[in-house]
Amino acid sequence: MSFAENEQPLLVAESLSKYYGHRLGCRDASFELYEGEVMAVVGESGSGKSTLLQLLSGQIEPSAGRILYRMRDGANADLWSLSEPMRRFLFRTDWGYVHQDPQHGLRMGVSAGGNVGERLMAVGWRNYADIRGAAADWLARVEIPEARIDDTPRTYSGGMRQRLQIARNLVTAPRLIFMDEPTGGLDVSVQARLLDLLRRIVSEMRIAAIVVTHDLAVARLLSNRIMVMKSGAVIETGLTDQVLDDPHEPYTQLLVSSILPA
Amino acid sequence: MHALELSGVTKTFTMHLQGGLRLPVLRDVSFSVAPGQCVALTGPSGTGKSSILKLIYGNYRCDEGHILVRQGETAVDIAAVPPRQILSVRQNALGYVTQFLRAVPRVSALDIVAEPLVMKAVPREDATARAAAMLKRFNVPERLWSLPPATFSGGEQQRINLARGLLPEHPVLLLDEPTASLDANNRAVVIDIVRERKRQGAAIVAIVHDDEVREAISDTNVDVTKFAVAA
Repeated sequence: MSFAENEQPLLVAESLSKYYGHRLGCRDASFELYEGEVMAVVGESGSGKSTLLQLLSGQIEPSAGRILYRMRDGANADLWSLSEPMRRFLFRTDWGYVHQDPQHGLRMGVSAGGNVGERLMAVGWRNYADIRGAAADWLARVEIPEARIDDTPRTYSGGMRQRLQIARNLVTAPRLIFMDEPTGGLDVSVQARLLDLLRRIVSEMRIAAIVVTHDLAVARLLSNRIMVMKSGAVIETGLTDQVLDDPHEPYTQLLVSSILPA
Repeated sequence: MHALELSGVTKTFTMHLQGGLRLPVLRDVSFSVAPGQCVALTGPSGTGKSSILKLIYGNYRCDEGHILVRQGETAVDIAAVPPRQILSVRQNALGYVTQFLRAVPRVSALDIVAEPLVMKAVPREDATARAAAMLKRFNVPERLWSLPPATFSGGEQQRINLARGLLPEHPVLLLDEPTASLDANNRAVVIDIVRERKRQGAAIVAIVHDDEVREAISDTNVDVTKFAVAA
């Protein structure tokens, strides 16, 4: 990533909270994310990290606080002041969302080419040959053989499905991508390949990303900054290597010391 | 203006898993480094030499004091600025070379060495050419350049790491045991490059146990024992 003076943040979270009835999902989360920055959100199950991701990506409405997003024209928009169609348009074009389970982010009965092409059609592409060409190009970038372009993801392995989901998300050149445990259900060798791909693509395209993970190795490899969550609250933030090498909070120290050496 | 200046730097670790045990490590660390100067940190193991380098790099958080790193015409206080600015200083002004390579799966040795330049927006071709020249200088056989270094020998990995860390010509350079497991030839290469960087005006802080190497590169020794908090 590179740094410009006086650059404005891409996404600002201001005191975000979410209650499910009386139960706390996430409390008072605030941060800024800049273009090209990758932030990891770590914490155990139930710590509120998935709630935070859904809040930030506009899938659930916050109980308090707000989310500001810098649109392509430079104006800052309050996410929940935008119209529903506008929010959905953002989600389909300027943003990407990679689900832990690729079945949730793909259309399993549609060909791989169709899965990638669909996002392009949402932004107005109409020429079949162009769409197919762009889809083929993205399949190659995520290392899926072109011969598999007409197969449905049902016939793909877990690792291929996840790479296809990434291609589908990135084909519209989004500026911000949300990832929920992107390497979750994959075995280790497949994980390494996916991580390397993500790392390269995110840095080449200068995409900002928020990655929810419980795997500190994934956080170290992908992210510049880290946010540690526990019981719905953000308890520690900082540079990724800083938080992992010099953790201050008791819970962060426990997380870091619980890693089994390879 | 100094290239690097530490004043009153203090570091204590609090081990919450050991009942909140407090481990004071360093107290009132103060020294400065001018452009073109190399300061060697000396003192027995465990006195906190590596911790000082990690504090300067922003890898450890500083409890008290200031760590000023010159970036262009201004000085940035690593102990006080937000993470984003530390990243910017690391990218543009501050290099840190350890003896251990953190290998990334599937990335070739050549790309690992070129990466810091690519991040600084040097065109990839140019960055790759300079990385290749550096690997050649460190006598890394050309047949290894396209391979990920995870399976390389310890000495090979260390040379890749040195090539990566020394390539970007940062104005402030931190070296932690750069010659630890190198043969005489490659030690000489490191000495050469460090002297070159000094002539270019780099300010260097080094930890070097090898007396010969230390004498060859350092201008001043700072004994860390005086900053160490007696256990």
